[in-house]
Amino acid sequence: MKSAVVIFPGINREHDMMMALEAVTGTKPVAVWHTQASLPNVDLVVVPGGFSYGDYLRCGAIAARSPIMRDIVAKAQKGLKVLGVCNGFQIITEAGLLPGALVRNAGLRFVCKQVKLTVENNQTFFTNKLAKGSILRCPVAHGEGNYICDAETLKRLEGENRVVFRYSQGTNPNGALNDIAGVMNETGSVIGMMPHPENMIEPLHGATDCRPLFESLLAA
Amino acid sequence: MKAKIKITLKRGVLDPQGKAIQGALGTLGFAGVEDVRQGKYIELDLAHTDAAKAKAEAEAMCQKLLANTVIENYEIEIA
Repeated sequence: MKSAVVIFPGINREHDMMMALEAVTGTKPVAVWHTQASLPNVDLVVVPGGFSYGDYLRCGAIAARSPIMRDIVAKAQKGLKVLGVCNGFQIITEAGLLPGALVRNAGLRFVCKQVKLTVENNQTFFTNKLAKGSILRCPVAHGEGNYICDAETLKRLEGENRVVFRYSQGTNPNGALNDIAGVMNETGSVIGMMPHPENMIEPLHGATDCRPLFESLLAA
Repeated sequence: MKAKIKITLKRGVLDPQGKAIQGALGTLGFAGVEDVRQGKYIELDLAHTDAAKAKAEAEAMCQKLLANTVIENYEIEIA
């Protein structure tokens, strides 16, 4: 499984993501700088977390318009698998790969803590090793993770089983609509999530709950 | 020409910053502030001399970058 991790100025979780991908899939991902016009030939591209461009204008807005994103959007439309985590979720949503928007946490504060995630859809490239309804402990660290969309979009997302992860057991850290922590596009080729599964895969992280997510990549 | 662009959150989109401002105004003794909505103001200096062209370009900029029309409205004033 060949993967690429895209780096923008201000991104800071790329090493964690690259280590997790390598540790579980056995293949070192390729680092791709945002000014590159095209991606190398890979099966998966990951947009990691951080604070691209200092969250100027809107979180993810500037990065979403960078040269590499044009190629990512074009290839995603042809079925390339794309995973966006935290700021990466904000970036790919700003780029139009996912519906809705991520706005400031309802409680106004930056939240850095552990939450519980329910796997709502286990038929995706990132969840196929888990049973539907599995509950994973996972860290979050964001100030703008409050997922919103209009009523019609929400109805479609729920009806088409496109909510991949939901905050469970009262751990919604940001006021996200319907406790949404992660969603996917219509075909399932693009997944975005606010929590950081790359930081919950080895004993030193405190738990390995999210390792099966990365193992799912091998089966996908 | 100058394009003056006002970007605000759509009605119905929760504005936690507006709520915090409202709370602070209340603390300062300003009673009767029923709602606060905050937004952004962007001023562009454009090389255009034709107001209609400047407006069309500012409109395209809003659509493509300056505003996220999922959550925001924008108003453009050319001066």
